[in-house]
Amino acid sequence: MGYVAVRGGGKAIEASLALLEHERVRSSAPWGTEDIEGTFPELIDQVMGEASLYAPRLAALALKQAQGSPDEAVFLLRAFRSTLERPYVSRPIDTGRMRAQRRVSAAFKDVPGGQLLGATRDYSHRLLEFDLETEGPKELAAKRAAYERRFAEAAREVPEQPTELPRVLDYLRAEGLVPPRVQDDTAPVDATMAPLSFPAPRSVRLQTLARGMTQAVEALGYAAIRGFGSSHPTVGELRAGRAAVAVDHPVSPGGEEDAYYLGSVPLTEVESVFASEGEADGTDARMTFEVGYGLVMGRAETKAIAMSVLDHCLEHGDARFPTEDEEFVLYHVDGVEATGFISHLKLPHYVTFQSKLASARATAAARDEGEEVRDAAAL
Amino acid sequence: MRQRYNYAFFDEASKREIRRAIVKGVSIPGYQVPFASREMPIGRGWGTGGLQVTLSLIGRGDVLKVIDQGSDDSVNAVNIKKLVAATTDVQTTDATEKATIVQSRHRIPERPLRADQVLVLQVPTPEPLRSFEPSEAVTRRLHAEADYTGAWLELFDQIVRFDMTTTGADHPVLVNGRYVMAPSPIPRFDNMKLHQAEHLTLFGAGREKKIYAVPPHTDVRPLDFDDHPFSVERFEGKRCRLCGAQGVYLDELVDEATGRTYHQCNDTAHCASRREKGAVHER
Repeated sequence: MGYVAVRGGGKAIEASLALLEHERVRSSAPWGTEDIEGTFPELIDQVMGEASLYAPRLAALALKQAQGSPDEAVFLLRAFRSTLERPYVSRPIDTGRMRAQRRVSAAFKDVPGGQLLGATRDYSHRLLEFDLETEGPKELAAKRAAYERRFAEAAREVPEQPTELPRVLDYLRAEGLVPPRVQDDTAPVDATMAPLSFPAPRSVRLQTLARGMTQAVEALGYAAIRGFGSSHPTVGELRAGRAAVAVDHPVSPGGEEDAYYLGSVPLTEVESVFASEGEADGTDARMTFEVGYGLVMGRAETKAIAMSVLDHCLEHGDARFPTEDEEFVLYHVDGVEATGFISHLKLPHYVTFQSKLASARATAAARDEGEEVRDAAAL
Repeated sequence: MRQRYNYAFFDEASKREIRRAIVKGVSIPGYQVPFASREMPIGRGWGTGGLQVTLSLIGRGDVLKVIDQGSDDSVNAVNIKKLVAATTDVQTTDATEKATIVQSRHRIPERPLRADQVLVLQVPTPEPLRSFEPSEAVTRRLHAEADYTGAWLELFDQIVRFDMTTTGADHPVLVNGRYVMAPSPIPRFDNMKLHQAEHLTLFGAGREKKIYAVPPHTDVRPLDFDDHPFSVERFEGKRCRLCGAQGVYLDELVDEATGRTYHQCNDTAHCASRREKGAVHER
């Protein structure tokens, strides 16, 4: 009996999954989700952000199961998320009242409320710290205690932080150089519950960028400011911290005071400023500024800035640049869709290939026939 | 597993929403209905559209058959069957005639389907105009205006260059005289099985978030020209090495021992049932 293509799929899958699990347990340390959460907080943030689900423990679990692949962890978390009911919608979150751990403006030397450098890797030297290789529980505990003492002392000397930081760009808004913000609390379209349609509502655009693959958003944002886009931004304000989430009582919604506090989520928000040359027809010869907006889960600062760039690009929609084409950007930044479709190429395609082969052979046969006819005519 | 899932994975509201899209698709044959495609526990591009259609329809008493490239035992077909079986109580089968729902990737079974059977095809690229127009907003307008110049020009261009159309699978079809539709990457050999069929065919594109349908007894015409009529893949003089079948879609294989090319039924269930009935290839 001849070889039969791709038979016995069931057994092959079982064996493949067993082998995969074997590879995981062979080299894995018995880390719980707490260890993963504590050791890789930025990875957890990335996975939660791209999955659109604030669930640090589940993100850690997904990363463990995915053997550290962020793509795969996002995939796991999204598939889980899609089975969850959504009985409540939170009250709009005022990021102006975010508890900022970091707040910088590149536009001004000093800003009302002050620059707040916070913990950042921006000014670190990228030298491998070989000591970390042997950092044990004892060293960790000693370091932890020393830092806690140091920052407790420092905290005593710092005045109480204001609960609401003014927006840097409000300074320009007051001058009329940046268009005023219009408070718009119409219910956003849930991008995970409705298909994309174009032109996309801004809520869909922002959600799609925020849950986009981090590196894809960054790559397109980079392309936009490097040359395949029309603008170069100034970071008016970047703030990172935690914002409170509250829901109204489902039966008798009252004011803010009556809402239920659920907890807080870590966010990074960016408002980028772009110089605008007014209306092209010369009706408005003033030079003003436009704003691009970025908001992502966790401490994904580069992604947040890239998102603000792309938000501005899509507002513009200059057909010369792919980064300003809504469909190009929004369709292709989704990690689960990109990895899914690319990896599906590994599936067997022999039926379709056979079909294409038949066409190719037919054209070859027709060409040979044509040559014979020509050769005969030449004789 | 600690987490338990609803019957057929989805919550009932999601299933209803998908069924509404299906009903709309059936009502407007060949029209691509956008739907809120859910994130699935299998890869986007691996049959999530077909799977969502199947899961929204399946219920007690259904019997499911899943094939991938003609084979019930292909890894991805097994994987999809496994997921449906794990979240429902339905039986699965290889026998086309026993199934109530047949989910397939890139093939329509050789055995004609009956009116009480539903064929669910997995679709990678639901937009037949995508090859020359990347923008969804534009292709939607072209469909609305029934402006299919580009689709015809594409075939005309092939004829100019090769003296024949050179489409492979997924040859575009005109449904009910109105919408040009991608029949999914089924070979041209299978295209006419959609025309005036007894059964309902549903198309699910998960990543592209579209559902569309060809209801029973609907005209499905492959795009072609009078002087260059539509033609299917031919396997002249070839027959299945196992069951001797002719006039079926064949896989081309190479015997590792002799290095010779041989052919075999692509529809493995069809081949197996023929052999059970005693058919052999007479050499």
